[in-house]
Amino acid sequence: MEPHHKILILDDETAWLEVNREILGQLPSKPEIRTVSAGARAITLLDTEPFRLLVCDLKMPKMDGLQVLAIVRRRFPQLRTVVLTALEDEEFRSRAYALGVDLFWLKTDIQQNPKMFQDCVESLLGRDMETGFRGIQSKSLMDIIQMECLSRSSTVLRITRGPLVAKLWLQDGELIDAEAEGTRGETAFRRILAWKSGTFESLSAEPDRERTILKSVNALLLESAQNIDEAANPTGPESIEEANHRKTIWKLALVAREGAESVVATSADRQNEVEAWGTQYGGQMAGWTRRVTEVAKRLGDRLEAGPLLYLAGNSLERQVLLLPRDEKSYLVAWPPDAPTDQLFEKTKKLVASWDS
Amino acid sequence: MGFLRRLFRSRAAVQQLPAGTLTVNRDGRVVTSTIASGYPEGLLRDIVRDVMLLFRQANEAQMPLAEFSIHFASLRITAREMRGGAVIFLSPRSVPAVPSQPDSPSQPDSL
Repeated sequence: MEPHHKILILDDETAWLEVNREILGQLPSKPEIRTVSAGARAITLLDTEPFRLLVCDLKMPKMDGLQVLAIVRRRFPQLRTVVLTALEDEEFRSRAYALGVDLFWLKTDIQQNPKMFQDCVESLLGRDMETGFRGIQSKSLMDIIQMECLSRSSTVLRITRGPLVAKLWLQDGELIDAEAEGTRGETAFRRILAWKSGTFESLSAEPDRERTILKSVNALLLESAQNIDEAANPTGPESIEEANHRKTIWKLALVAREGAESVVATSADRQNEVEAWGTQYGGQMAGWTRRVTEVAKRLGDRLEAGPLLYLAGNSLERQVLLLPRDEKSYLVAWPPDAPTDQLFEKTKKLVASWDS
Repeated sequence: MGFLRRLFRSRAAVQQLPAGTLTVNRDGRVVTSTIASGYPEGLLRDIVRDVMLLFRQANEAQMPLAEFSIHFASLRITAREMRGGAVIFLSPRSVPAVPSQPDSPSQPDSL
């Protein structure tokens, strides 16, 4: 028997806690409902018990809902969150979504349509974070390509991973061309297969596309699987050295191709893990990156301004863009004459390629 | 007007985002401000302190910056160095700059 999900409802008005308990208590999945009237108490409960969903009011004394959500987003990233408020100001809706909430509901809307609210929450409770390609969850790109080839399809698969876009050309079940991250043919195909998640769509076939891939798709898939396996589990010092060498060449080519001056990647937790390319001041730049990320994130939390997206800076000598990503932060330096309005997108693309 | 604010102040509230411009001298003291007077002074002091700190740390890392902007999901802080002090622009965003799910598709997926 599946365990019942637990829902925590946070509201400073007791009457609303009771209304919500009654509405959510009727969900088909029969979740366990807990209620609290203060943000600090809610965080303590979340610390001690596993909850699936937090339903949170915004306007509350001492700690408001946005403060609670900012803390929750950082400490419990897997927790689903729903804002339930009487504040009809669009600014709060934007700020709540910026904090990564899953749903934003007005209390007046719930009074008018409780069934829809129940359906939304039920759907949210059942949704899992899964790997795979959107549309076909839990399937790798290899599986998708094999399916296309087995069905003898003629199509163009457009694959997107964040800012990266790639294309695969299939003709009568054969892979004829690939394009990704500035490369083409078999190299591009191998790059694409290293992507672990993303989205894809089928476009119309292009039968006139020039053929650059002559090997069978099964041979390529086998080679790529072996390469990925060897990269993940290097067997001897030679293969480790070879893998590191390939990585170096790839990263230098990437920096040069995108037109960046240098890239520094650092982790907040593991301060010794610094990767610096194109600069002799890697250590100093990494230190600055870590400190700035920490200061900016702390400031964003205090101002309830949502997560830090990026920091851009410039001087006469260079432009820099600091991009925090999961556990790492990246500092990319660009020439002073690089178009400023494109730097964020270019940096995002470079960083996405960097770790793919 | 202070007593009116005290009379009608609600116990429960949601903090607003700051909007406007500040100029700060080299000692970190606010010289001029167009931020609403109701915005908490403590938070304004935090902004000024962190902006000055970021300029100083950039200098220490041999990477002096003339200007920087911090982009949060709902607020942008732009700071321009000005003879040791700074001019700081605070601009709330009405719409989040990025979707909450980074890999959201622009078009439907299909086989």
